[in-house]
Amino acid sequence: MVLKIFFPQCCNRADSGLLVGRWLSGHDSAVVLAVIHYPFIPGQVKQYIQQIQASSGVELSVLGSWSLPKEGQEGMESFLRDLSTIFPQKRWLQINREVGKTGFNCQVLQRDQNGRAIPREIKKKVEKTDGEAGGDGQKKEKKKVKKKKEEKQKEEEEKKEEEKEEEEDEEEKVIFVHYEQRKVMLSQLHPVENGVSDPKTDPPSELRQMFQSVALSQPLYFLDRYDDGPLKSTHWQSEGREASIIVELLKQSTVPLCMLLRWLLSIWTWICNIRIFSLPPLRFLSSKLSTCVQLSYRTEHMRTLSSPKRTTEHTEFMRKANMVVSVLVDMALGMLLMWWLYKDNHISMLANTLVPAADHVAKELEELLQWLMGAPAGLKMNRALDQVLGRFFLYHIHLWISYIHLMSPFIEGILWYGCLSACFGLTFALSLLSDMVALLTFHIYCFYVYGARLYCLKIYGLSSLWRLFRGKKWNVLRQRVDSCSYDLDQLFIGTLLFTVLLFLLPTTALYYLVFTLLRLVVVLFQGVLHLSVDFINSFPLFAVALRITRSYRLAEGVKFRVLCEEPGTALHLMMEINPLKSSTVVQLYRTPTYSCYPKDSWAALVKKLFVGELIYPWRHKTTKTD
Amino acid sequence: MMEDETFTDISGKAISLDCQNHSSLCREFVVSVPKVSIGKVMVYTCCVWLLAYAVFFFTENTAVLSSAIFITLVGMMLHIHFVKVDHETLLVIGSLGIQLSSSYASGRETTTFIEIGKIKDIVINEAIYMHQIIYYLCVLLKDPSEPNAVSRVVPLFQSSKPRLNCLMKVYKSCQEILSKC
Repeated sequence: MVLKIFFPQCCNRADSGLLVGRWLSGHDSAVVLAVIHYPFIPGQVKQYIQQIQASSGVELSVLGSWSLPKEGQEGMESFLRDLSTIFPQKRWLQINREVGKTGFNCQVLQRDQNGRAIPREIKKKVEKTDGEAGGDGQKKEKKKVKKKKEEKQKEEEEKKEEEKEEEEDEEEKVIFVHYEQRKVMLSQLHPVENGVSDPKTDPPSELRQMFQSVALSQPLYFLDRYDDGPLKSTHWQSEGREASIIVELLKQSTVPLCMLLRWLLSIWTWICNIRIFSLPPLRFLSSKLSTCVQLSYRTEHMRTLSSPKRTTEHTEFMRKANMVVSVLVDMALGMLLMWWLYKDNHISMLANTLVPAADHVAKELEELLQWLMGAPAGLKMNRALDQVLGRFFLYHIHLWISYIHLMSPFIEGILWYGCLSACFGLTFALSLLSDMVALLTFHIYCFYVYGARLYCLKIYGLSSLWRLFRGKKWNVLRQRVDSCSYDLDQLFIGTLLFTVLLFLLPTTALYYLVFTLLRLVVVLFQGVLHLSVDFINSFPLFAVALRITRSYRLAEGVKFRVLCEEPGTALHLMMEINPLKSSTVVQLYRTPTYSCYPKDSWAALVKKLFVGELIYPWRHKTTKTD
Repeated sequence: MMEDETFTDISGKAISLDCQNHSSLCREFVVSVPKVSIGKVMVYTCCVWLLAYAVFFFTENTAVLSSAIFITLVGMMLHIHFVKVDHETLLVIGSLGIQLSSSYASGRETTTFIEIGKIKDIVINEAIYMHQIIYYLCVLLKDPSEPNAVSRVVPLFQSSKPRLNCLMKVYKSCQEILSKC
C-alpha cells in the first residue's frame, strides 16, 4: 500500500512538534492540517483537539511527529518517537527534515496489540507484500540490508547498488502532496455537491474529502502565532483582511436593509394584488409589456435577496451574490444614462425629433403604398384588389398620423417621466424603450397582421382546393389525406375558386412580403433590446469576477507538479488548483431568466413566414401566444 | 532518461517521446510535436497577401491591404493559442491518479486530473479516422455506482496522435505502475 500525505506548504519550516490532521476514511491517506510546537503538555493537546473536533465536525487526531533539527535540540528524535505512546494511534507518522535537503523523510510506525511501536516489523511486512512480485529468495537478504541501513544511514551512498534499490523501494511507499492551505480552504470543488450525500451509497472521492476536511477545520486556524496560550502551532493564518472594518459595518447594515426591503416588497405585493390588476385586459397587457415583465422579474430577485435566512450552500450564495452585483451594476448604468439624459436637456431634443421621425416614417410608408398601388417592380397586379388594399392601408396611416399629432404635446412629458424609471436600472429604461417602440410602430404591426391573415387565408384555401383538384380531401379524424369522390358541381366551383385565388395570390403576397419585412425590422430591434436586458439580468458578474481575480475559488479539479527529485527521499508533489473554465463559469452560474431567445429554429421561422403565421418577438416559456 | 528511438505520428511526421522516471510510482511521458515550419507560415501569409493584393488591384481600396495584415496576425495568434499543441504530457502517479496536460505553442496549458478511484483501466483502442484505421491510447473511466461498466473513454495524446510502437511503450510502463498499487 502507498501512503499519501497531504502536507500544507506553510508547515514546511515549522518547528518540531506534533502533526495534527485527519486520516481519510476508505483511502490510505492522511491530511496534515497543523503542527503543534514543542513544548506542550499532552493533556492540553488532547483537550484542544477535542475542542476543535467538536466545533468543526472533522475527526481530528494526532498523526505523528514532525522534526526540523535546530541547534541545541539534540535528542529530539527519540523524544518524538516516544510520544507515540502518549497519543495512541494505529499508525504513527514520523516525518523529519534534514539540514541541507529539500525532501522529507518519513517513517511509519504501526502498533501491535500491546500498544508498543514496532517500526521494524512493519518494514518487513511491507517488504513481504512487495516481495511477492520479486520472489521469495530475496526476502532474507532484504531483511539484512534493512537492519544495516537503520544503523548507518549516512554511509548509504557507498553501499552496493542493490541496497540503494532496496532503500528506494522502501522510501517510496510514501507520497508527499504539498498543498497551499489557504487556497484549498477557500476553493469550491466542482461539480458542487448540494446537501449531504449518503456516504454509504456514494462515498466522496479522496480529493473531495481532503478539500472538505481542510475547509471545515477553520476553527483550527484561529489560533494565532502571537497568542500567548499554552499551545503554539503553525498553520495558515490570516494576516488581517483588507478593509475589514468596512466589511463588518456593511454586514451589520444588511439586517435593517433587508427589513426595509421586505417592508417595501410587502407594500408592492399588496398593490399588485388589488382586484383591478387581475382583470383580464390589464393582465393580458401586463404580460405583453416588457416593462411589467422586467418589474415582476426584479421583484422576484428582491424577494430572494431580502429573505431573512442566512445562506450556507455555495450555489445559493453565488446566486444571491450574482443577483446583488447585477442589480447594482444595472442601477449604476441606469443612473449614468439618467445623468446623460437630464444633463443638457437631451429629453426635449429627443421628443422634438421623435414626432418628425414618426411623420417621416408615415410619409415613407405612404410613398411605398403608392408605389405598390401602381406597378411595383414592373409586376402587373390585379388592379381592383390592389386599389382596395392600398386605400385600406392608406386610411390606416392617416389614422395613425392624426393619433401621433394628437399625442405630440404630451410626448415630452411622457418621456421626462419615463426616463425617471432609469433610476431603477438600465434594464427598466431598455424595456420601456422596447415598449415605446412597440406602441409607436403599432401601425406596422397592424399592417403585418392584416397582410398575414389575408395571405394565410389564401394559402389555406389554395391548398385545400388543390386537394379537391386532385380528388382528395383532408381527413381531420385520421390526420391524413384521403381520396374522395366529388360531384361535378363541387369540382366546377372548386376549380373556379382555385383559379380566382391563384390569380389574386401575387397581389396579396406582395403586400404581405413588404409588410413582413417592415415588421421584421421592428422585431429585430426589439429582439436586440430584449437580448441586452436578458444579458444584464442573467450574466453572472460576481462569479466571473471571482474567476478572474481569485481563480482558485472556483476549482474544477487539481493538477500536480513533481517538486523535487532527490534520490533517497519520498516522492514530493505539489498540488495546485485547476481553475474552472470561464465558459463553464458563465454556464453554471447564469441566473435563470424568462428566456426571450428565439425558441424556434430558423427553419421553423422561415416556414412560419411562408405559411403566413404570425411571429412575435416576445415568446415566454410559460405563456403561449395565441 | 531520453529515448533515442524515433517515433512518427499517423501522418508520418517525426515526434519525440520523452519518458521521465520520477520514482517507481511516478512517471511522466512527454510527446512533443515539431514546431511550425517557417515555410508553412510563409506560404499561408503569401497566399493571403497575394489574394489581398489581387483584390486591391481591382478595387483600389487600401483598407483591403491593412485588413489582410490584420487577418494574418490575428489568425497566427489564434492558431498558436488554440490549435497548435507544442507538447502533450501524461503524468502517471501510482495510487493517486493520471494527469493529462497539453501545452499550446503560446504557452497556454490545459490540464485534467483523473483520480485513481475513477480509472478502470488504460487500453489501446482502434478507431477509424478519415480513410484509415489508427490506434490510440485511452483511459477507461468507471462510475463508482457501477464498478464493472465503462462510463466514459478519455483519449490520450489527441493532437499528436503517435503510432502504435510509441503507444505500446507508454502503455507498458503505465500498466507497470498501475499494477503496482
